[in-house]
Amino acid sequence: MATIELRQVEKKFGDLHAVKPLDLTIHDGEFVVLLGPSGCGKTTTLRMISGLETVTSGEIYLDERKVTWLNPSERDIAFVFQLFALYPHLTVRQNIAFPLQAQGESRETINERVNEVVDLLQIERLLNARPSKLSGGDQQRVALGRALVRRPEAFLMDEPLGALDADFRESMRAEIKRLHIDQHATTVYVTHDQVEAMAMGDRIVVMSEAEIQQVGSSNEVYYDPANIFVANFIGSPGMNLVSSSYSDGIIHMPGADNRYPVPDDWRAPLGEALQDSGDVIVGFRPECAEIVEDGTLAGNVYTVDLYGAYSMLAVNMNEQDIVHIRGDRLIHYPIGTQVRFDIDPEMVRFFDPATEKTIKREAIQ
Amino acid sequence: MSINEAQVSTVDQEMKKQPRRRQLSDRSIVNLFIWPALLLLIAMNVFPLFYSLYLGFTDYSAIARQQPVWVGFQNFSRILNDEQLWKYFATTGRFALLSVGLQTLVGFGLAMLVNEKFKGSGLLTTLILIPMMISPVVVGLFWKLMYNPTFGFFNYLIGFTNPSTAPDWLASRFAGTPVPGMALWAVVIVDVWMWSPFVMLLVLSGLKAIPDYLYEAAAIDRASAWFQFWRITLPQVTPLLLIAVLFRTIEAFKAFDLIMGMTGGGPGDQTELISVNLYRQAFLGQWRTGRASALAYIILIIIIAISNLYIRYLNQMKGES
Repeated sequence: MATIELRQVEKKFGDLHAVKPLDLTIHDGEFVVLLGPSGCGKTTTLRMISGLETVTSGEIYLDERKVTWLNPSERDIAFVFQLFALYPHLTVRQNIAFPLQAQGESRETINERVNEVVDLLQIERLLNARPSKLSGGDQQRVALGRALVRRPEAFLMDEPLGALDADFRESMRAEIKRLHIDQHATTVYVTHDQVEAMAMGDRIVVMSEAEIQQVGSSNEVYYDPANIFVANFIGSPGMNLVSSSYSDGIIHMPGADNRYPVPDDWRAPLGEALQDSGDVIVGFRPECAEIVEDGTLAGNVYTVDLYGAYSMLAVNMNEQDIVHIRGDRLIHYPIGTQVRFDIDPEMVRFFDPATEKTIKREAIQ
Repeated sequence: MSINEAQVSTVDQEMKKQPRRRQLSDRSIVNLFIWPALLLLIAMNVFPLFYSLYLGFTDYSAIARQQPVWVGFQNFSRILNDEQLWKYFATTGRFALLSVGLQTLVGFGLAMLVNEKFKGSGLLTTLILIPMMISPVVVGLFWKLMYNPTFGFFNYLIGFTNPSTAPDWLASRFAGTPVPGMALWAVVIVDVWMWSPFVMLLVLSGLKAIPDYLYEAAAIDRASAWFQFWRITLPQVTPLLLIAVLFRTIEAFKAFDLIMGMTGGGPGDQTELISVNLYRQAFLGQWRTGRASALAYIILIIIIAISNLYIRYLNQMKGES
């Protein structure tokens, strides 16, 4: 298994940047997810790692070995395609054996390794079928088998679950995660589904507009988003972001008496970061606020959605400033009633509206 | 625009409602369209087909003042026992094998070539297709000129500059050295020149239909270019290639106009294909119409048999994938 290192890797199509220069190191055995909306450059990045796409500039290393200009076949990486890309005229067994045959392995080795993979994925029953006869999930299992049989340095997966039905997707997600735990193979996984990314990734690389927005664990990108894009993109609904103004330890949020005294440890960083303009964006996750009778903030119930285990309240603080707050599933709030709520002081985040970046607590100490 | 049309159509309908005008039912309109075509087809195709089958069982000459005389299977048994005719069948088989084989190779090669994106590949494709569009008789006559050892340039192109030592492909007797068996090759070369583009066209459409991701997957799977060709390109193109081969085999068994224009079956009987001989029997010398009809049916049965083999194989392949 291998470490993958990207140094200032960049891709341009004409004048258009598909990927702006980025640095990224994927450690040995790590499961890294490239997450972002479509067109953000995540798939292009993956294809550059595989060699299916050439880089415009920058360098790619596989275990200290410079592979920037090598063909895909010279890199020893496996790639799982979104649309499976199985060979339609070959049976499942032949599909899985293909990479070994291409390497000129002996018949015994091929049989042995194919059987190994078939056992692992439990696809014996499919061996003599052709790909067109299989369900999407089985096709993706075969594609995984074809990747696994190689014992490559790294696995690259391009939205492998994107073409599957929703109920299939979750079980396949578990299978891939399980495979990774068993094999401990360096894996780069591309998806636009943030739930998938959070569930699977050791680390998540959030991309947008051809740039990396943030690299971090699920918890980091969820609770400590680096900027407004990440705060909004991760989570459903995303983080509540309320444009407010700050002065003297008090945040004036929209709505009549919505004055929020900032937690003590935030005073210094906020004062430093905002200088004198005072404009700030307050961010908090729906589950980090609580409806309480004597809460500091107030708004009117706009809608209540029951999510099963909990209710999601949309609370209107002022004309356009609606925040989502998670509430108990049993409590009913008639629409239009005033509610008061508090934000968990540990979980409140602040963003600079000018740079859209987060304001860090630790920056000044 | 659409309002105008609507008005016109209502006007039409009103006119049809007028009792003076005779109204055609859908049924009679259908008949009006179908019957002329059907009658023409019966007169030009179906009737000759069955009439020639009948003539195959008779002793008859179209120029003799004599009604056909029923002779049963005599024509067929004589043909099947005629060693000379078997030789012509063999020549036809050799011609078909050589020309279809070479066309497949050359056509596939050309398709692989023009499938690559390079400057002028579109123009090149068009140029390659030109031979296919020329009338076979014209092609035959032109190549006859080009093969001529004194004023043809074919020998010059393949490296012979002295007409007296150069091969005399079609035994023109102008100059050069006649080589036995050369004439069949000469005809094969022209047929390949003319019809390889057809194979190319079909193979090219097959190549274009192979999705890129298969080659991407193969590149990831570390398959060499050679391995990719054998394990992906060829199997993917095979169905279309077989169709091309089927068409060309049928055509090769029927080959007539090109050979007639070039050699007329000669020199000697070196290029006497069965269809050329059929023509000779039917319309030259004694005009043995009855015997020629029987021969035509034997050729038809052979072609149907060969085509069936191909089609069966093709269906088998389709069933697998």
